[in-house]
Amino acid sequence: MSAGVLFDAPGPRARVRNAILTAVSVVVLVAAVYFVYARFDAKGQWEGELWKPFLEGSTWTEYIIPGLLGTLKAAGISAVCALIFGAVFGLARLSDHRWVRGVAGAVVETFRAIPLLLLIFFLFFLAPSVFGSGDYTLIALVTGLTLYNGSVLAEIVRAGVRAVPIGQAEAAQAIGLRKSQMMRLVLLPQAVTAMMPAIVSQLVVLLKDTALGYIIAYVDLLNMGFKIIPAVYFGSLIPAAIVIGVIYVGLNMSLSALATWLEKRTRRSTRTAATPIAPPGFVGEPDSTGAGGVGAVA
Amino acid sequence: MDDLIKYAPDLLAGFLENVKLSLICAVLALVLGTILVSMRVAPTPVLRAAGSMYVNVVRNTPLTLVLAFSSLGLSDTMGLSFSETPRTNSFWLVVFGLSAYTATFVCEALRAGINTVPLGQAEAARAIGLTFFQSLRMIILPQAFRTVVAPLGSVIIAMIKNTTVAIAGGYLMESAFVMRDTFDDTGVSIPIFIGLVIAFMVVTLPVGFLTNRLASRLAVAR
Repeated sequence: MSAGVLFDAPGPRARVRNAILTAVSVVVLVAAVYFVYARFDAKGQWEGELWKPFLEGSTWTEYIIPGLLGTLKAAGISAVCALIFGAVFGLARLSDHRWVRGVAGAVVETFRAIPLLLLIFFLFFLAPSVFGSGDYTLIALVTGLTLYNGSVLAEIVRAGVRAVPIGQAEAAQAIGLRKSQMMRLVLLPQAVTAMMPAIVSQLVVLLKDTALGYIIAYVDLLNMGFKIIPAVYFGSLIPAAIVIGVIYVGLNMSLSALATWLEKRTRRSTRTAATPIAPPGFVGEPDSTGAGGVGAVA
Repeated sequence: MDDLIKYAPDLLAGFLENVKLSLICAVLALVLGTILVSMRVAPTPVLRAAGSMYVNVVRNTPLTLVLAFSSLGLSDTMGLSFSETPRTNSFWLVVFGLSAYTATFVCEALRAGINTVPLGQAEAARAIGLTFFQSLRMIILPQAFRTVVAPLGSVIIAMIKNTTVAIAGGYLMESAFVMRDTFDDTGVSIPIFIGLVIAFMVVTLPVGFLTNRLASRLAVAR
């Protein structure tokens, strides 16, 4: 039912009420859009002159695409390192040895609690005093992103392995598998399927957080759009911001769509006995499908 | 260690700015998030579309971009101004950006909460003749809020950590900026970094603890 359950199939009076509500909201929204448009117009932001650079190939090849590559480079390296970090520490937290569990737990909890920007600043200033002078923007950004997102991924790995029903581990033990065999042959293959959606959601967070590089002057998409392009083409800050905003939103939305698709696939998959785990910070739906709830709306 | 003691007053003043930002943004984000979620379940398709478009766009934009745009775009280029004093103006610009950003996460959390309210509750509300707003206000939202207290706690904790990004919005008073400034003067100082990290934990850990306790106390028995 597309109409939702919060409201009935409308009768005559409700239809009038809904029509009024629709009309009022259309008026308010149009007024808001017009207000923004008029303010932009008053400041001359729709002048063709300001937007012209974005129709020229050279703006894209010289600024926007190199910026995008900078963002993707930082995101790619951090993603690989964070996945390795997450796998190592996530499995360490499941270790049978108490001291391994304790150390891994302390590391993961600490890096999860540190505001990411403070961590990046700290690494940015720490690197020159350890390795001598040089350009450490990429290293500081990647290390910060790795430590933070790796810790979150470690929690996802732990939750994923735990989401595999206990019977699987018991069956593995019953047929005489060793601990490492059980993990490698039985638990991990099922856990990976269950945690894929959560991992992809976390990678969206990682991609968004690469924009923090702007603050330490790493040359990424945001830096190109907010510092370099407005400096080259004077006054085109707003057009540049809109263009790079669209690129960021497009990238993240396609990754998010991938996560949603993976989750749907995992739910009907027969390859794993585990249900997909919720991404961190995401609200679990206790009844797992949520399909019966009030929010079936829209 | 000497550095930490020497700069402690500056760092503390900076950290209090983070606390101030957190308090104001938390209230605004919760209010705006509730309005957004009401739009997303409203009987009017226009409102539903507007709500989900706002949430999907803002949620997928980096916070750094939102804050930099508030400062460089809205304020410097468009002339949006909250105050004559530059410092107060950038404070409110950061509040504006951070609340607008966090509200989308509040909205998503609440929407998941609304999903957990059983169908029968909404049907019963309609059966006794409540209108959409009445059933939302008296039946659905109170139950939804109670189920998502813990996730809302995580959203607020993430927001408290995000107050450090205020620097991108041109607000150069809070602790991340003070820390960078200090490092510029004296070089890197591990005690200062650890001190600030502990200060943040002193705020975030109790929020997590309290919301978890509230969550189990308020849980709706079903």
